[in-house]
Amino acid sequence: MAYLELNELRRSFGPVVALNGINVSLDQGEFLSLLGPSGCGKTTALRLVAGFDRPDSGSIVVDGKDMTRVSPNRRDMGMVFQAYSLFPNMTAEQNVEFGLRIRKNKRGARRKRVKELLELVGLEHAVKRYPHQLSGGMQQRVALARALAIEPRVLLLDEPLSALDAKVRVQLREEIRRIQTQLGITTLYVTHDQEEALSVSDHVAVMWSGRIEQMGTPSEMYSAPATPFVAEFIGTMNRLQSVVVDGERGEVEHAGTRLTVDAARGRTRGEKVMVLVRPELLVLEPSANGAAGDNTLAGEVVTHTFLGSVTRLKVQSREAELISDVATARVASLPVGQPVVAHVPNEGTRLLTLTEEPASFELDPDNP
Amino acid sequence: MRRRWIAPSAIVWLVVASAFFLIPLIATFLFSLQSLQTNKCCTSAAYSLIIHSHQFWHTIRLSFVLALETIAISLLLFVPTVYWVHLRVPRFRPVLGFMALVPFVVPPIILVVGLLNLYKGAPSWFYDKPYGFLATAYVILAFPYMFFSLDAGFRAIDVHTLTEASQNLGASWRTTLVRVILPNIRVAALGGSFLTLAIVMGEFTIASLSTFQTFPTYIQFVNETQPYEAAALSLLSFLIVWAAMLALLFVGRGRPRPVQVAATR
Repeated sequence: MAYLELNELRRSFGPVVALNGINVSLDQGEFLSLLGPSGCGKTTALRLVAGFDRPDSGSIVVDGKDMTRVSPNRRDMGMVFQAYSLFPNMTAEQNVEFGLRIRKNKRGARRKRVKELLELVGLEHAVKRYPHQLSGGMQQRVALARALAIEPRVLLLDEPLSALDAKVRVQLREEIRRIQTQLGITTLYVTHDQEEALSVSDHVAVMWSGRIEQMGTPSEMYSAPATPFVAEFIGTMNRLQSVVVDGERGEVEHAGTRLTVDAARGRTRGEKVMVLVRPELLVLEPSANGAAGDNTLAGEVVTHTFLGSVTRLKVQSREAELISDVATARVASLPVGQPVVAHVPNEGTRLLTLTEEPASFELDPDNP
Repeated sequence: MRRRWIAPSAIVWLVVASAFFLIPLIATFLFSLQSLQTNKCCTSAAYSLIIHSHQFWHTIRLSFVLALETIAISLLLFVPTVYWVHLRVPRFRPVLGFMALVPFVVPPIILVVGLLNLYKGAPSWFYDKPYGFLATAYVILAFPYMFFSLDAGFRAIDVHTLTEASQNLGASWRTTLVRVILPNIRVAALGGSFLTLAIVMGEFTIASLSTFQTFPTYIQFVNETQPYEAAALSLLSFLIVWAAMLALLFVGRGRPRPVQVAATR
């Protein structure tokens, strides 16, 4: 039996369905990230687990105990909020101590625990500081220590890094993972940042429109997206709308060009599919005459975006806009305006059946 | 270190503003020092007379206790109300704001007539005693000052996040209000309390029409009969109210704890 179970959780706000029956099972000590764009229902799910809101239907079970109707102050869930939530009238030390005082722990034990936790988050030098004397990153560290102080059944993190700058964000997410692994605490993490989710989680659940689109390990989510939405949301993906022309040989046709893709083997002729190719798998080569060879698409380099060790090239082909990550050292041979051919690999390419046009969705503006 | 330059116009305005406040006080002070017999300066007889008056001490104590009672009732009544409105029913905030304006619109003379009629059948321990009837009227009178101060205080903190953080750590509603919310709106509560104190210490119409002898009615009585003592009394009342406000500030201050405006949700 799983440690944390969310069973068919539903929640509506008037006509808006925020959660449309989600199911989650998490073993003790596991780290699950709920990932999705703004308004997908991930924070609603977290608030239901914390007890700040009640579901219309469904249940929340922790360690075999039904928590659905338990008030938030009796759930023993530690939460770190998106907004800075430290009590402004208390020092870092008093903030961490607050939950222990509520539980009437003895003074000596309280002091010991507070000291341990502030050391754990690297803030032993700032115990007497008030929140306004701490940076954003330090405040969230104290908030984490405060949530851990009560030895919660489940640690809930609601986009705790979204207000921090990029460098602190990376540093702190690694610390969160280190502490979570060290303490073996079951953790539910809400984020709209896919890089964050993939880098720290044991499992990732991609949410959209109040549903879990797909749940799996970070590697599964990246390499085998189950829906067009997941494919689009996790990493960058080239999407080539195609039709199966020969299921036995694994051939599809995209914009008049035949491509052989292993994933198309066994498909029915005439089936509408979407070929998904990661930018790092799409190999570009300069083409003198613009002619395409086997399993290639012809086009022209439109833009360069420097990303450090790789440079992202945008290529305009006949029907689609392709994206390819090229080693920066190689980019000089592929200047803007250069005719190129893009090799679509046989292996590593995913195929999704197109039942309908993939619906559009909006990414969070600060995390495109 | 370079000295900060102050514009001459700023100094002129400072002098004008100081004169505006100080000249009447100085004039009152000089007037209060005149002798009743000779009409000449300078004697402290007026001050001596007032300080030795039983009525003075009785009425000032009554008004001060009434002020404290009004502050206590107002805080008990309005802090949880404004907290609840901010937390759970923010759409009612404008309604409460509108209601808070009513005491400004309704003149005290109308208010007291209405209240006297409303409480006519009330028990005598309430109707005939200043700590019952007058305190109730003063709570109504102080409502706008207390509400707008508290409202500003609650808007300066992230009520939702602080409440949820507190509850998440196991605190009950009462603990959350007393240990998390109240300390962070203390400045606002003190502001409302100062205004309430000043209002009650100076309120004349309601006390007079409901025939209670409070400090302002005593000032008015002295003013009609003893001009130099009235001037001395005015100055004393001014100093007493300021001293009371400073005492309140001192009591409610404690350690400096700047209120942090939390990030938006």
